[in-house]
Amino acid sequence: MGNPDQPDDAKRDWAVTVEDGIAKSNEPVSSAVADPAAATRRHEPHEPPRETLPEKLYEARKSIHNKRIDGPFRRFKWFVMLVTLGIYYVTPWLRWDRGPYAPDQAVLVDLANRRFYMFGIEIWPHEFYFVAGLLIMAGIGLFVITSAVGRAWCGYACPQTVWTDLFQHIDRFVDGDRNARIRLENAPWTWGKVFRRGFKWSIYLAIGFVTGGAWILYFADAPTLFRDFFALEAAPVAYATVAILTLTTVTLGGFMREQVCIYMCPWPRIQTAMMDEKSLMVTYKDWRGEPRGSVKKAAKNPGQFGDCIDCTQCVQVCPTGIDIREGPQIGCITCALCIDACDKVMKDIGRPRGLIDYATLEDCEREAAGENPKPAWRALLRPRTMVYFTIWAGIGAALLFALGVRTHTEMTVAPDRNPPFMLMSDGSIRNSFTLKIRNMESRPRDMEIALDGLEGGVMWTDAIGRDEAAATQTITVAADQVRTIRAYVMAPRDARTQDFAFTVTSLDEQRESDRVETRFDAPETP
Amino acid sequence: MANKRIDQPTGTETVGHEWDGIEELNTPLPRWWLWTFYLTIIFAIGYVIAYPAWPMIDRATAGMLGWSSRGALAQEMTAADRAQQSFREQLAAIDVVKLRDNPELMQRAVAGGAAAFKVNCSQCHGSGAAGSQTLGYPNLNDDDWLWGGDLAAIHYSIDRGIRQPDDNEKRQSVMPSFDGAFDSAQLEAVTQHVLSLSGNADASAAGAQIYADNCAACHGPAGQGDRAQGAPRLNDQIWLRGGTAADIKRQILNPRMGAMPAWGERLDPVTVKMLTAYVYSLGGGEEAQAEISDSAETQPEAEAGNDGQP
Repeated sequence: MGNPDQPDDAKRDWAVTVEDGIAKSNEPVSSAVADPAAATRRHEPHEPPRETLPEKLYEARKSIHNKRIDGPFRRFKWFVMLVTLGIYYVTPWLRWDRGPYAPDQAVLVDLANRRFYMFGIEIWPHEFYFVAGLLIMAGIGLFVITSAVGRAWCGYACPQTVWTDLFQHIDRFVDGDRNARIRLENAPWTWGKVFRRGFKWSIYLAIGFVTGGAWILYFADAPTLFRDFFALEAAPVAYATVAILTLTTVTLGGFMREQVCIYMCPWPRIQTAMMDEKSLMVTYKDWRGEPRGSVKKAAKNPGQFGDCIDCTQCVQVCPTGIDIREGPQIGCITCALCIDACDKVMKDIGRPRGLIDYATLEDCEREAAGENPKPAWRALLRPRTMVYFTIWAGIGAALLFALGVRTHTEMTVAPDRNPPFMLMSDGSIRNSFTLKIRNMESRPRDMEIALDGLEGGVMWTDAIGRDEAAATQTITVAADQVRTIRAYVMAPRDARTQDFAFTVTSLDEQRESDRVETRFDAPETP
Repeated sequence: MANKRIDQPTGTETVGHEWDGIEELNTPLPRWWLWTFYLTIIFAIGYVIAYPAWPMIDRATAGMLGWSSRGALAQEMTAADRAQQSFREQLAAIDVVKLRDNPELMQRAVAGGAAAFKVNCSQCHGSGAAGSQTLGYPNLNDDDWLWGGDLAAIHYSIDRGIRQPDDNEKRQSVMPSFDGAFDSAQLEAVTQHVLSLSGNADASAAGAQIYADNCAACHGPAGQGDRAQGAPRLNDQIWLRGGTAADIKRQILNPRMGAMPAWGERLDPVTVKMLTAYVYSLGGGEEAQAEISDSAETQPEAEAGNDGQP
């Protein structure tokens, strides 16, 4: 299966080719250990033992029982969890007075009426570019964050992380800390274990239900839906949504957990591509830690061992079960709990903190060479993050500007094309138009439609009779609605095909107006 | 595969293929993925049992649920019909002249009529109801009506048709042929007089006399027409079959008169009412009795709709 362009004898050195079923270990080997030419270039390579490998097609999940830890990053994670979950659960209950013609829910996605309310802002479907703009901002926002502080989104704010964290706290609450959980998992299925698992999984279900339940409140009046839901009077789609979200929450947060990040989520890969040697990430400072040795050994042989005492606290607290000392890897969500763990150990044994720390690759090189690292804020202020931030802020400013100058009165005009014109008995020429007049205010408004630039033209509508034909007509458009009007425009018999315009003006203190150019068709001059 | 080897940086075995120096790591799939794969197979088995799936010689296996796309369509159509049921009942019950008192019902009738018009009427009157001057199909958008333009008149015209033999005394009329009745000077004079009624030519005493003797009985002394017998107005600007002198002469010598089937015989009463509402809504609908016919005997019901002139 070689490259056909390449003669066989020019192939690479296959010294490590699998032969006769004898291969090197298939166990993942740290890049720092396995390859002398790998990123860090600071370890002696040693060849893993050869062994006969059964071919492994599928890999079972290795369960992760992360140990409790306390520290600044853990507290920050608590804080972020509190804020994000708080926003998620409280938002639908906020009220916002919009007058009698619009819902009073602060954030509401009204799919049935195709309106999106967010505090003082109301978005119509034709203004979906605002939502698109927000999504683009979210995307570029992630660029900014990633290029500055690496996978901070993954570590703290991603719903998958927050919910996984929540579920892991439940595990700890029900089954105890790491060792107790490991014991319980390996224990036989006694009734006690069954009850424990049943209890824990019911809590999972409850969390899932509350998650899905809060979601639907964004799509209808929350208090009403809340009551209807438990009175079994809500729409079937509400129950289906809650059921599906309960299921996905329990599956993804309760059981899949870090596998979502490692196998399913595209973000880790994309973020990996966006990080560079100047991005902050959680790093094990191997030049300081290696070779590993216990405190005792180090005391006996001063100068021969690094700071790492191989206590594996960093591995035990990791919510994705990786060993950060193997270097940067896809499984690391940079939650920094290992930093908390290592700092604690270093403090206990009287060594300086920061064996595992947020650092950029550049700083690592510099520090390894014995120079002083740059302060961490320098990682934030550099051209790349500034450019991302400028783009991000620019889009935000443009959206705000567009939001500020948009008018709440609009009109579209569609001339009848068949027939384009017709004669009336007295020889006048009549054209028909379909006008759509949009009132985006949450109150009914009178609007004046006028013909502009059509000499002698008069109009009437499907609701205003021909006997009241005039060059301007006043109509009422209901609150937050589009009104469709058939407008019959008549010009004297000598009128020629010409351009003219409809104008619409709101008859209130705002005097908003819109103007649409269109065409008046007439028979060709004989 | 031959060239499997351990990739040094990751410690993972490769699959043994190489493309221009690019190799693929043989990372084992997670086992949950395998389970989801089995789940899809189980789902597929259930699907094959429940729904039409295997193609056989002339049809696919039916499936236990008995679902079919045609059946689903029929179901949706029935549901749609059922949803329209109350509207149709309302429409069946209401007198067509009262339709305008109920704007919502009127609106729905117009929408339904627009659909029915495309199916039944557009062949002659055109999809925009603009008719055809060449072929003599009236334009239904304008304010000129041969048989009356209020709801009752339009409804009668659609229901009973125009110039249909049976049971339709109100929509019968024939313009006699004047071929041979006039010499060419007289023909020219009366043609000019007809044109003068709408201000398109100068009147002459001779033409006026011929018109009064031959035409005024039906078309009225001033050419105002007579909706009772479908005699077109001659004093307006709308010409059903053309408004040039040649067109008018041809119509005097060899009159052509339009006919329309009685749609009441072909369509259900509700559809006829919907068509009435639609035609009425095209822009030329009149208030009942708004136009007073100048003819001696005014018909209490004005009649339906078409514009036109000979």
